[in-house]
Amino acid sequence: MLQRIYAIFMSRNREFVRDRSTLAWNLMLPVVLMFGLSFAFGGDRDAYTVGVLQQADEINPDSHPFLQTRYIRFVAYADQDLALQKVARHQLDLLVELGETPRYWINPESPKGYFAEIALMQSGAPPHSVLDKQQVSGSEVRYADWVLPGILGMNMMFSCLFGVGYVIVRYRKNGFLKRLSATPLSSFEFIVAQVASRLVLILLVTTFIYAGTHLILDTTMEGNYFTLFLVAVVGAVSLVSVGLLISARVTSEELAGGLLNLVNWPMMLLSGVWFSLEGAGPLVQQAAKLFPLTHVLDAARAVMLDGATLAEIAPSLLSLVLISAVFLTVGARIFRWSAD
Amino acid sequence: MTTALEARNLVKEYPGVLAVDGVSFSVREGICFGLLGPNGAGKTTTVEIIEGVTPATSGEVYYYGEIAGRRFREEAGIQFQNTALQDHITVRETIEMFRTLYARQANFDDIVEQCSLSDLLDRDNRKLSGGQRQRLLLAVALVNRPRLIFLDEPTTGLDPQARRNFWDLVQSIRAQGSTIVLTTHYMDEAEVLCDEIAIMDSGKIVSQGSPEDLLRQQYDGLIIQLPLSALTDDLSGIQHTVHENLGIIEVVTTDVSASLQQLTPHVSNLNQIKIRQPNLEDLFLDLTGHTLRA
Repeated sequence: MLQRIYAIFMSRNREFVRDRSTLAWNLMLPVVLMFGLSFAFGGDRDAYTVGVLQQADEINPDSHPFLQTRYIRFVAYADQDLALQKVARHQLDLLVELGETPRYWINPESPKGYFAEIALMQSGAPPHSVLDKQQVSGSEVRYADWVLPGILGMNMMFSCLFGVGYVIVRYRKNGFLKRLSATPLSSFEFIVAQVASRLVLILLVTTFIYAGTHLILDTTMEGNYFTLFLVAVVGAVSLVSVGLLISARVTSEELAGGLLNLVNWPMMLLSGVWFSLEGAGPLVQQAAKLFPLTHVLDAARAVMLDGATLAEIAPSLLSLVLISAVFLTVGARIFRWSAD
Repeated sequence: MTTALEARNLVKEYPGVLAVDGVSFSVREGICFGLLGPNGAGKTTTVEIIEGVTPATSGEVYYYGEIAGRRFREEAGIQFQNTALQDHITVRETIEMFRTLYARQANFDDIVEQCSLSDLLDRDNRKLSGGQRQRLLLAVALVNRPRLIFLDEPTTGLDPQARRNFWDLVQSIRAQGSTIVLTTHYMDEAEVLCDEIAIMDSGKIVSQGSPEDLLRQQYDGLIIQLPLSALTDDLSGIQHTVHENLGIIEVVTTDVSASLQQLTPHVSNLNQIKIRQPNLEDLFLDLTGHTLRA
């Protein structure tokens, strides 16, 4: 049995590695995402941005003590309407005019504007008031740190769903599966080989992107690398099992594409890839728990951002193992070799 | 002689279509058995039921006296009509992969030599010609030293030379003692390769036996052929069986001299007359009323 699984496993690996265009796509997409992320979130970013209404392009920090405040980037604006629009859209935290009668504009809905206002008041600008200072402790979580597991998980999902689901439907459609069915190979052996092949590939790619992003963006890693790797392994198996279940009987690539997207899109939107679901309704949060990607991301973020231990993420891992076991069993049972 | 394979009352029903309608036959060990018929006759469905890749609506398949199962899958070699192989995989890797799937394995070098694939071992499957591809698919069917081999229209689409090379190959396999089940719609192929044939039409076997016996039963004599354009009148009064097909008149006769004497007054140009033995194509035409390539 192992000999047969190994034969199919190696054959699939060779086919994938030698298909240059697919291989390039599988490596390019994450690299592009990685550089996109580092471009968007990398570098030294100012904590606050304040517009200064003046005619000159250059801002003279000596003209007012507020302009010497650290961690605020000051940008000169000549057009008052444009600057006010940016304040309204939270693109500027504050707009100041530091002339003979200093004025400032603030969006009361902007949390950063609130703090920029305090900084302004403390700098000696009118109106003066005594401020009660609160101590806030805890490290900052950047969006890049938060979104990295989301992007890795999303890439893993695409690769597992399409890389397995689509390939099996293609094999079925062109008769390769039918040829295999006339050999002693069982559907279980075939499925195990496909899962193993995709697992090795996705773990290599994900590790590569994670290492690259970690080096370039210096992303937070509070937990244990082995625990994170385990999340990736269990997560990838569960996502491959979704792809296998979808492709277990389908004979048309178009239908397979539609079904894969039907699963793909809700997972991308509701599993917390790009934004947290904390503010979403309870129904949405319950529905999201049905998706393996939600558990993968919850577990990965817990390890990376909060330093969660294996015991702490055990419920998520257990959910993933259960999902995989059910989907793989059903997939193998209803698996169809022939397109007829 | 031992019966290698027996199909009993196979039926395959698709919604609104009875593709296989009570087909039964048996194949003796060591022979080449031909299943003939036009496209859509049900021969591929029949062999796929036997191979276990298409479930039958009813009926049974016996392999050496047992219901065909695990042993059959281990010992049968199969070449489908259309099989895609994996892209980016070489001939060597394809043979090796299929070989590894069996407990009973043929010697790699022997198969390669037998199927003349030595020069193609490192070639990508996608870059094979039609004949080379068929030889590879045959090699894949031989990886388990099969006792029984199924070849489903193996020479369709091949040029005449490649077809003849393939026939030599099939004969060499048979000489090694394997039993062969061949489906084809080429009558010359069946005549060259098959010891026994079954002719299928509309899901049923309409005739079965050795090609010689079938022809002897059906025909008593020779066939005189002449083009319709060479006739001067409608041949009324000629006492023999007369067919007309695609502008050719055929007269079946046991006494060629007497028939020619009768025909001569009705023919404008005697140079266009041909005399030949009846063949399987004639047999099929007479049995089913349409040509084999229909």
